[in-house]
Amino acid sequence: MRVIRSLALAASLLAAGPALAAGSAPTPPDARFGFAGLFGTFDRGALQRGFQVYKEVCAACHAMRQLSYRNLLEIGLSEAQVREIAAQFQVTDGPNDEGQMFERPARLSDRFRRPFPNEQAARAANNGAYPPDLSVIVKARPDGANYIAALLTGYVDPPPGVEVMEGMHYNAWFPGHQIAMPNILNPDGVEYADGTPATVEQQARDVTTFLAWAAEPELEQRRRMGVQVLIFLAILGGLVYATKRKVWADVKH
Amino acid sequence: MAIGLHDSPFKNPVIRWVDQRLPVFTMMQKEYGTFPTPRNFNYFWNFGALAMINLLIMIATGVFLSMHYTAHTAYAFDSVERIMRDVNYGWLIRYVHMNGASMFFIVVYIHIWRGLYYGSYKAPRELLWMLGVVIFLLMMATAFMGYVLPWGQMSFWGATVITNLFSAIPLVGHDIVIWLWGGFSVDNPTLNRFFSLHYLLPFVIVGVVFLHVAALHITGSNNPLGIEPKGPQDTLPFHPYYTIKDSVGMVAYFAVFAFLVFFMPNYLGHPDNYIPANPLSTPAHIVPEWYFLPFYAILRAVPDKLGGVVLMFGSIAILFVLPWLDTSKVRSMRFRPIARIFLLLWTINFFVLMWVGAKPAEGHYVLIAQIATVIYFAYFLVVLPALGRLEKPLPLPESIARAVLGPNATLGGGPVPGAVAAKPMDKA
Amino acid sequence: MGGDIEVIAMAEMVTAQGASQGAGQPEATKRDFLKLTTTAFAAVGVGAIVWPFIASMNPARDVLALASTELDLSPIAVGQSVTVMWRGKPVFVRHRTPEQIAAARAVPLSELKDPATDESRAPRPEWLVMIGVCTHLGCVPLGQKPTDPTGDFNGWFCPCHGSHYDTSGRIRRGPAPSNLEIPPYSFMSPTQIRIG
Repeated sequence: MRVIRSLALAASLLAAGPALAAGSAPTPPDARFGFAGLFGTFDRGALQRGFQVYKEVCAACHAMRQLSYRNLLEIGLSEAQVREIAAQFQVTDGPNDEGQMFERPARLSDRFRRPFPNEQAARAANNGAYPPDLSVIVKARPDGANYIAALLTGYVDPPPGVEVMEGMHYNAWFPGHQIAMPNILNPDGVEYADGTPATVEQQARDVTTFLAWAAEPELEQRRRMGVQVLIFLAILGGLVYATKRKVWADVKH
Repeated sequence: MAIGLHDSPFKNPVIRWVDQRLPVFTMMQKEYGTFPTPRNFNYFWNFGALAMINLLIMIATGVFLSMHYTAHTAYAFDSVERIMRDVNYGWLIRYVHMNGASMFFIVVYIHIWRGLYYGSYKAPRELLWMLGVVIFLLMMATAFMGYVLPWGQMSFWGATVITNLFSAIPLVGHDIVIWLWGGFSVDNPTLNRFFSLHYLLPFVIVGVVFLHVAALHITGSNNPLGIEPKGPQDTLPFHPYYTIKDSVGMVAYFAVFAFLVFFMPNYLGHPDNYIPANPLSTPAHIVPEWYFLPFYAILRAVPDKLGGVVLMFGSIAILFVLPWLDTSKVRSMRFRPIARIFLLLWTINFFVLMWVGAKPAEGHYVLIAQIATVIYFAYFLVVLPALGRLEKPLPLPESIARAVLGPNATLGGGPVPGAVAAKPMDKA
Repeated sequence: MGGDIEVIAMAEMVTAQGASQGAGQPEATKRDFLKLTTTAFAAVGVGAIVWPFIASMNPARDVLALASTELDLSPIAVGQSVTVMWRGKPVFVRHRTPEQIAAARAVPLSELKDPATDESRAPRPEWLVMIGVCTHLGCVPLGQKPTDPTGDFNGWFCPCHGSHYDTSGRIRRGPAPSNLEIPPYSFMSPTQIRIG
């Protein structure tokens, strides 16, 4: 019974966790992503479509500086495809032998090109607002994936009486509801290579899947390893407990 | 045998050769092999060994993380992300380290609670207990500085708030804070020294743990009955009985640990710490890591800067004098029906403090924190001193063996003849 | 727990303990087998824990990705050498003179400590590309600059422990065991190479 009591203690410590994440923002609806849950994985098609949305829409303002083009090999694109994608972007290299910085097409080892050289430039181009880096955005928001999917489709008319400030937009899911980012996803705003109809919901789901992968590229490997470790521990636990019973069999305690 | 050589019981020639010159094997045999240990430990007695394992895990993962980490404000966040993405198994090592801190506090809180329930802090184990409180303080300092290293928003603002606690010190507070920072705000010099100290302190903890264990092996372990072993019939050799029992607990501990690491690695963390530190913008709602919440709640319960800081440090400092606050001669709460209820209330109150520490410091939350703070201190300052005189404890069993084997055992009235009973040297 | 364990007197317990040490008893054998299995399992677990730590010290993925360096050869005049960085090491690129090529090709393989033809080391004879790290203990040999000592064989000379390399970068005298290493490289155009 004392074991149970100690487990209960540990469990209640764990239960203290969600309280930390609670904020004033409304709770986004569960978007039922395939990668949610304990054993979920990323849909490769959604990842590739999501990257397309990022590249064609989000990347105009949002950097993803933790990612390199080579990382795209992990979402199911071939090396030739990734080389071609990288070569579409000019990155700064140098200095060359004359001491000058120069532009060249990006290679696999280059980081994603940033839309602005620094935060000040980003603010200057965006009415004073800073479009955050999206590399780990899904880990950096409470209930990140559901929140971002809801946010991207959450542009609605403000309720009567709510004054939306100059240069701001009303969003049902943004904390405080006034967001500098405009509603940028349009129906058929991108043309998917695999023929998936590019509704706003579809684009939001796809790009959220891509961002979730970008934030936790280790997720699939981690869960696979976790299952193996827990199976191993279950067997080891059985063996250790049996050994313990044997060792203590001749002792009254 | 050459003159001056130590007498060694070992047969293996290499072990024997070393042991005759430096009797580490004899010592290990004595302290972990045949060491007479009360026979009635329950699984709460696993947590000391678990804490030791956890410390080793933290040091091992930390050493390897530091091979890839860059202690500079411009690179710290990115170097942690590089560990997560590019370093082979970097995500695993970092998540083990990150969740290992939480596991360490879970294990140590249970270990401390075990001490409170079974009266392990009472004579002759006062110093053992106080060394444990020192370890706890060092752990808190280490954990706090480690949380600063990823240089996220919570890192930065946590560091700012906690270092500002010292500005409450009259007269020299301001100068002390400047000294702690090495500048006029939390900045690169602060990050560098925190990294240095975060690497150093775990080894200081190892040193104090050694003293803690040494003190334990002088007094011997307490046990669920809280009565001292009276003879060999009350004890078992540590190996194999408690090595195997600790192993059972260890596998369970690893299972919980693995579940956290592999399936919910960020559950106990805060999303804001994945936002790079920004000295210009405080997050709307800043909270420390969960294991500091009860003490954070005490800090915020007091509407006075110095008062809050004093009470917060006092809430841990009071543990140092606990052996003298508790006036009861009976150790185990099993035999203290009233004190036991108060301890359980105090435990619930501890969770209330933890809960309210995560809430905004406004409205009725402040009142709850204040009431809970009073209860926290009242247990130590009023209840325990008074109960020692007022409470009538239940009758204590005659001996551990008597309690374990029951009155039906053919032990006879007096002590079991030592010659027949388990000699500590008899290893099964 | 352990309600199924029958009550035994202390003296009996000690006997049982002593007896279980004796080999051949079924009870002892069973326990030993169980202990052995458990220990083996635990050992496998410890081994599995150790591996990620060791692997974490191998080159990370971003380090492996930085595997190529490109170089424009057109500014390098005949007889000149340049040194470029590749994977943190110097790569010697020499535009060889006809005399240097002839000297390198004239050497019979039997005179070489580490036999390799010049043709195999420089498929385009005027361009010699090799890693400028002495194969003895890792110093950078001299010979790139016109004022450098070039050793007894007119190539490169390692000042650390006196290894002499010829105009094909082959070890001729001194403690180094093998020729200067040729990195993987390819000509993207007649005047452009990519190393790695």
